[in-house]
Amino acid sequence: MNFLHFMSANRQQVIELTLEHIQLAGIATLIAAFVGIPLGILITRIPSLSKLIIGGANVIQTIPSLALFGFLIPAPWIGERASRLAILALALYCLLPLIRNTYAGIRGVDPAVVEAGRAMGLTDRQLLFQVELPLASGVIVAGIRLAVVLSIGLATIAAAIGAGGLGEFIFRGLAMVSNQVILAGAIPAALLALAADFLLGLLERRLNSFWLKA
Amino acid sequence: MPPTQMPLTSNETASNGSASNATSSGASAIEFDRVSFSLNGHPLLENLSLAVNHGETLVLLGRSGSGKTTTLKLVNGLLMPVEGEVRISGRSTANWDPIRLRRSIGYVIQDGGLFPHFTVERNIGLVPRIEGWDRPRIDARVRALLALVGLNSELASRYPSELSGGQRQRVGVARALAADPPILILDEAFSALDPITRSEMQKEFRALQQRMRKAVVFVTHDLREALLLADRIVLMESGRKVVNLPAEEFSRSEHPLVRAYREAFSAPIEMPTEKRESQ
Repeated sequence: MNFLHFMSANRQQVIELTLEHIQLAGIATLIAAFVGIPLGILITRIPSLSKLIIGGANVIQTIPSLALFGFLIPAPWIGERASRLAILALALYCLLPLIRNTYAGIRGVDPAVVEAGRAMGLTDRQLLFQVELPLASGVIVAGIRLAVVLSIGLATIAAAIGAGGLGEFIFRGLAMVSNQVILAGAIPAALLALAADFLLGLLERRLNSFWLKA
Repeated sequence: MPPTQMPLTSNETASNGSASNATSSGASAIEFDRVSFSLNGHPLLENLSLAVNHGETLVLLGRSGSGKTTTLKLVNGLLMPVEGEVRISGRSTANWDPIRLRRSIGYVIQDGGLFPHFTVERNIGLVPRIEGWDRPRIDARVRALLALVGLNSELASRYPSELSGGQRQRVGVARALAADPPILILDEAFSALDPITRSEMQKEFRALQQRMRKAVVFVTHDLREALLLADRIVLMESGRKVVNLPAEEFSRSEHPLVRAYREAFSAPIEMPTEKRESQ
């Protein structure tokens, strides 16, 4: 009951840090989506780039997160503010599921349907936006879902470089050796991840059942 | 891709109206002039020459792998000949804007090849829509085509997965006809249908073609279908043309491969003797 007591006593700060957390993870996922989805599309068009780009995103994922935050500190403009740094690092981590799922989703569209579209005289752009992307949307949303959950989890570490978010409680709790303070950060972060996962899962199922009725 | 000026677009031929106008220009709708095609060094088609006129139905008959589908893809520029020339309305496919070329050729494939995320209406209206027709004109065209292929207009708002195989195939035909292309190519179009629906579709298609007078290339491995639909039959084997004959002559030809085909299809439908005896 100590934990609930702590939460209600500090609810102002809990809400503040939760919002900050959502902001960090949300902006990072958005940036990653704006970069990752086009990259995923690009490598379906130029398959020779796919190894390089997926490999690169893979390598980024293997860098320990704290180290990645550290590597980015010297970057101009980005390094000036902890939150910018954190968002960039999180976005880099989210690239892999977005690139990979976009690529796999488009490659997974029934080749007969794509060929029918091409044979009917659709341009490349029309084929992409009217056939391939809608039919791949379920798989792409699955990638976004992974990216969102990943960035909500990793954003807790952003507090280590002073970027705020629910990680503040976790690091403070660690320093104070206080479970209730750690939980005040960990539980809302976990709930956020679960909620995002659930909502995007609903969207994903809807898209899949809608497009893939056949 | 910049739109290029073509002397003969699908709309123009459509507004020219009758087939006799189009044939009077002298060029066949489709001409293969000593065409060869190979993929990774494997020859798929060798030295094929043929011509299809407006109002004529040419059936490409042959086994799987005989080069029939390759031939179709050379017609609409999905493939380009390695040697020789394919001419559509007198112009080599190499000189066509591929997008314009394909929009002037209706394409029907097995099971319709419909877009699963589009309703029947959107599937049929796709080419008119990307050609920039206005909404009332598209709607009218879709209704007319549904009637033409014998479908109830209530089906317009359904998705392909909510249709029977025969209905999907009819939508496929309607979609291919949407922008009134002068040429129609069909790849095993009716092969996935049950025998009764298939026979219905064949008869309806023949009646439709007698009215439309398009240049039609129909690919099949079924001799009966070929004899029913064709003006001319080209029998293919291993990427080569074996014979090219009017349908009546084909049914009498003494060419060994043609006879082999006829024999394979001429057996009356009954239980095989071996099986009957064992019972």
